[in-house]
Amino acid sequence: MDPSAPEAGVQPAATSIAVPNALEVRHLDVFYGDLQAVKDASLDFPVNTIVAMIGPSGCGKSTLLRSLNRMNDLIPNARIEGEILFHGENLLGRGVDPVEVRRRIGMVFQKPNPFPKSIYDNVAFGPRINGLAGEMDELVEDSLRHAALWDEVKDRLRESALELSGGQQQRLCIARALAVKPEILLLDEPASALDPIATAKIEELLKELEKDYSIVIVTHNMQQAARVSDYTAFMYLGRLIEYAATDELFTSPRVKETEDYITGRFG
Amino acid sequence: MSAGAPQTGFRDEAFERRLSARHRRGDLYRWLCFAAAAVGVITLAALLLDVLHDGLSRLSPQFLSSFPSRRPDEAGIKAALWGSIWMISLTALMAFPLGVGAAVYLEEYASNNWLNRLLEVNIANLAGVPSIVYGLLGLGVFVRFFGLGRSVLSGAATMALLILPVIIIASREAIRAVPRSIREASYALGATRWQTIRHHVLPSAFAGILTGTILALSRAIGETAPLIMIGALTFIAFTPVSVFDPFTALPIQIFNWVSRPQPGFHVNAAAGILVLLAVLLAMNSAAILLRNKFQRKW
Repeated sequence: MDPSAPEAGVQPAATSIAVPNALEVRHLDVFYGDLQAVKDASLDFPVNTIVAMIGPSGCGKSTLLRSLNRMNDLIPNARIEGEILFHGENLLGRGVDPVEVRRRIGMVFQKPNPFPKSIYDNVAFGPRINGLAGEMDELVEDSLRHAALWDEVKDRLRESALELSGGQQQRLCIARALAVKPEILLLDEPASALDPIATAKIEELLKELEKDYSIVIVTHNMQQAARVSDYTAFMYLGRLIEYAATDELFTSPRVKETEDYITGRFG
Repeated sequence: MSAGAPQTGFRDEAFERRLSARHRRGDLYRWLCFAAAAVGVITLAALLLDVLHDGLSRLSPQFLSSFPSRRPDEAGIKAALWGSIWMISLTALMAFPLGVGAAVYLEEYASNNWLNRLLEVNIANLAGVPSIVYGLLGLGVFVRFFGLGRSVLSGAATMALLILPVIIIASREAIRAVPRSIREASYALGATRWQTIRHHVLPSAFAGILTGTILALSRAIGETAPLIMIGALTFIAFTPVSVFDPFTALPIQIFNWVSRPQPGFHVNAAAGILVLLAVLLAMNSAAILLRNKFQRKW
């Protein structure tokens, strides 16, 4: 975290730990036309941890997440300023191709969005277009195992992905993202369209994936943030209000707005 | 019952009288709308019956396999039928890639600047230009300037221009109906714009694009005015063997027979209309079958 961040009367715990950072965000501003959705956000995402981003609707948490792999480039009128450092390279820099960024930083969306193709082809699409070498069957199996879906689908890989249940579809989307070998996984409210049992499976899976990936998850659900994440960032009205270890943020928030939000006084 | 007074039982006679008047009014509009819907169908049915009555007796293998003749009962539709098939196939070959390409550009690539807005407005306007104007254009550009003559290629190129706006508009609708979530999923895996279009957008939009194209082609096969303008011949005793051969087409042959004084030719015209309708019906059925085959659910 940049110590010069103006609203940061709060020193985020992320700076105090000795692990390297997967991503470092510096003074990020995101605009949609005249509307500023993210205001001067600076924060670090440590490797092999889960960071949850919480806050009321429209607080900018999804926009910030979508900036991290430059998905916001696809929205007309969106404009982005600041720096996002990944292995020392500014992802927002001129010479950086967003296609490469998205290959290295995968994303899973709110509503499961499998392609209207077979389960196998859903997973194999990413490796194919990126020209990844190696045995495809093995890669597909490996990705599905990582996403805890293999046992449920191994006998029907050639069937349409749309036949799967919502929870299975979402795990397929995770498998699909893993198949291109990303380092970071971004999840935009991945369980908000799922029932509690499917949600529990996704959360369990995330704890498992944390060993190999750095994960950022946007969620509406504070219990979910408390259950799965190591660090939590609270955003409000486009600003990063507080960023701390999850236990700390939920038990002894340092900022009044955070406290009001987590105790349910607004949002 | 006066307003405001509490109602004692369930039944309220004044209200029920008004209610039955409301229902009668509803029924009246229902039948008016039904009549409106029936006008088109009844007219078409009457037309079909009339043509069937006049032309069915003339429809025979001989009619389909003979060239035009001075004697009505020896004349046939072979040259026109093959001319139409040649023309519509060539039209499809030209109009389909151009139309889909333009639609992909406008939907997937074009940013909102003055050039693209100009393109859009012009394509919308082109869809409304009368077909005879396309005929003039074809005469000037393909027949004269490119020196293609009164060939089936000139006719097909003119028809391709005529239906291009319709194909573009239908394809754009189909492309726009592909959910954004599918595109996002593709981009998020590191697909380029073209890979996203090629592997996800076009396959998902294919059913709609195909339906639009076939309906546009159905329109082209019945068009007469542009072909008259570019000078498709009416008396042709051979079928085209290359794209540079002169040709005639079904609507031209029908028009020609109708304008003859002998009643025998009028029967031929009716039979020709039946052939044209059969071709149209076959094309529209193909559109429906293809749509069902390629349709996707989300």
